[in-house]
Amino acid sequence: MKNTYLLVFLISICSMQNVDASVLKICAACPIKSIKQGIVQANANDTLLIKKGVYKEFDIQVNKPLTLLGENYPIIDGSDQGEIITITADNVIVDGLFIINVGTSYTSDYAAIRVVKSKHFIIRNVVLEKLFFGIYLEKSSYGKVYHNKIIGDAVEEFNSGNGIQLWYSNNITVEKNIVQHVRDGIYLEFSDDIIIKDNISTNNIRYGLHFMFSNNDSYTGNTFENNGAGVAVMFSKKIRMHNNVFKKNWGAASFGLLLKEINDSEITGNTFEENTVGISIEGSNRIDYKNNDFTNNGWALKVRGACYGNSFIANNFLYNSFDVSYNSKLNDNLFDQNYWSNYTGYDLNKNGIGDIPYRPVKLFSYIVNRTPETIILLRSLFMDIIDFSEKVSPVFTPDNLQDKNPSMKRIR
Amino acid sequence: MPLRQLQYPLNMFKILKYSFFDLMRSRWSYVYFMFYLLLGFVLLFLNNDISKAVITLMNIIIVLVPLIATIFGVMYYYNSKEFTELLLAQPVKRTSIFLGQYLGVAGSLTLSLIFGLGIPFLCYGLFRSMVIWDFALLLVVGGFLTMIFTALAFNISLSNENKIKGFGYAVLMWLFLAVIYDGIFLVSLIVFEEYPLDNFSLAATMLNPIDLSRTLILLKLDISALLGYTGAVFKQFFGTNLGFLVSLGTLILWTVLPISRLMLKSKRKDF
Repeated sequence: MKNTYLLVFLISICSMQNVDASVLKICAACPIKSIKQGIVQANANDTLLIKKGVYKEFDIQVNKPLTLLGENYPIIDGSDQGEIITITADNVIVDGLFIINVGTSYTSDYAAIRVVKSKHFIIRNVVLEKLFFGIYLEKSSYGKVYHNKIIGDAVEEFNSGNGIQLWYSNNITVEKNIVQHVRDGIYLEFSDDIIIKDNISTNNIRYGLHFMFSNNDSYTGNTFENNGAGVAVMFSKKIRMHNNVFKKNWGAASFGLLLKEINDSEITGNTFEENTVGISIEGSNRIDYKNNDFTNNGWALKVRGACYGNSFIANNFLYNSFDVSYNSKLNDNLFDQNYWSNYTGYDLNKNGIGDIPYRPVKLFSYIVNRTPETIILLRSLFMDIIDFSEKVSPVFTPDNLQDKNPSMKRIR
Repeated sequence: MPLRQLQYPLNMFKILKYSFFDLMRSRWSYVYFMFYLLLGFVLLFLNNDISKAVITLMNIIIVLVPLIATIFGVMYYYNSKEFTELLLAQPVKRTSIFLGQYLGVAGSLTLSLIFGLGIPFLCYGLFRSMVIWDFALLLVVGGFLTMIFTALAFNISLSNENKIKGFGYAVLMWLFLAVIYDGIFLVSLIVFEEYPLDNFSLAATMLNPIDLSRTLILLKLDISALLGYTGAVFKQFFGTNLGFLVSLGTLILWTVLPISRLMLKSKRKDF
């Protein structure tokens, strides 16, 4: 009998929690007029339903597991005073808010939404404008940043912030966000096991995506277009990069993708189109490049040295001014079965593989590496002539740097 | 005004007209015109993108236009030598004879170039595209190159009675400016790589009309981003009004100097 009472007691406790999770409405005409007030009055697991309107608030501390749900995109105006929403509790959901006017500071990184040391959060359908930092995840994990729109108005690097920043965070999914006109679209520092999927990061001042000291991450299906410098992945291991588009990062110091000290990674199925440099590689080892398209770039690949054990297999190199640039005579990387639009060989036995190997490094690109000023002779007849003679009998370019089985047809 | 003074430009114009129509009749102008027409249509048919076609065209113009102008100039001079000697027996000023012939050849070549390339590009909607100014620059540069190299060719043939020698020198001149000059330029860049080379490369580019044309067009096109730091220095120079005027002035100088030598030489030459 005693056991039955205990059971009833337990059930009632469990159902109490459900009954308690009530909805608090916030609007100008409601009893609760501000979000801050709502948070004070709410119990854990409540939902704050924020009706359409303008809320001039900043420094909102979410210290309980709450759901902040906006109806018809209520505007939260920070009036350039500082940080707007700071989440310090687990299980917080922020959904459907329009946040503007984050304060700019040179001493602290004010963000529209900051998550501090929390787990299982979801930030979705949020629109941020006129911001400093957008969504800042600090030492947090197991969260999701989904379908947000971040449109900044950054002009200079030193007084602008990043769209989505992850710092010492792990196991987070960043999906279907649109980030524009900020410093770095998405920035990761010391963050492991992150999935970055289907985001569109364009027109940012510095990088579309920026990785630092972050391992075991993957990014797939993203589009990075017209960013100041492109995408930079630095000092990280085991990064998987699949099916992304790197486009129109065009400028004297721009690139599609910069790899610096990256080891044991995969780069497959990406498209590099109209970048000054498709991929700039420095000190990166054991990376598999497969099925990528390099189209209309200035340099498709710029290998700057200390790169060992990389393999470039079945990629398409289409109409690049230079296919590969190399600054050393030593080569430990494998080029095999790629399609080169500049290939002029033949295929007598009709097996789809060219009979003579292709040498992707032109003499001119070697000379330009040595003396950058010589680039001024680009497209001069003299250069075409010496490129041709080097092709016939290589002297300066690495002897074993060749694709022994160049494909005759574009790889689909 | 005395009659003689009035007759001078009149006579020159008559000879210019004669040379021009002579070339028309000999069909060489048409061949040249048809060549560019075909080239333009094929280029646009193959890639259908006007801005890309402009880049490909640049490669052709900076190599072929000087070569054709050189060979044409030399050939015309030697071919019409007997007629020139006949004219010299008439009461016509020498300068008007040679200037008239020169302008006839250079003018017909330039017109062939402009119409030959202009028509296909117009058909493919040049006015509706953004590259109209790049294309205009291409034609202006092509026109200048024709003028310059025809004048140089006339100079060479005027100084050499021997046809073979004249041809040899003319082709050598083209080879020097189109290829060898760049080779020397490249070697000196590599040898002196320790020194700041910006001003040197600017000057070296200015001194050669082919290099100057190439750089002018390259900097106008998207591809200039490839030029990196050096390109930025060049852009800073050529991008300003001063730079543009200086480069235009250099091209004009390259045209005027050989023409004035031609006039001077023709006055003194003993036929």
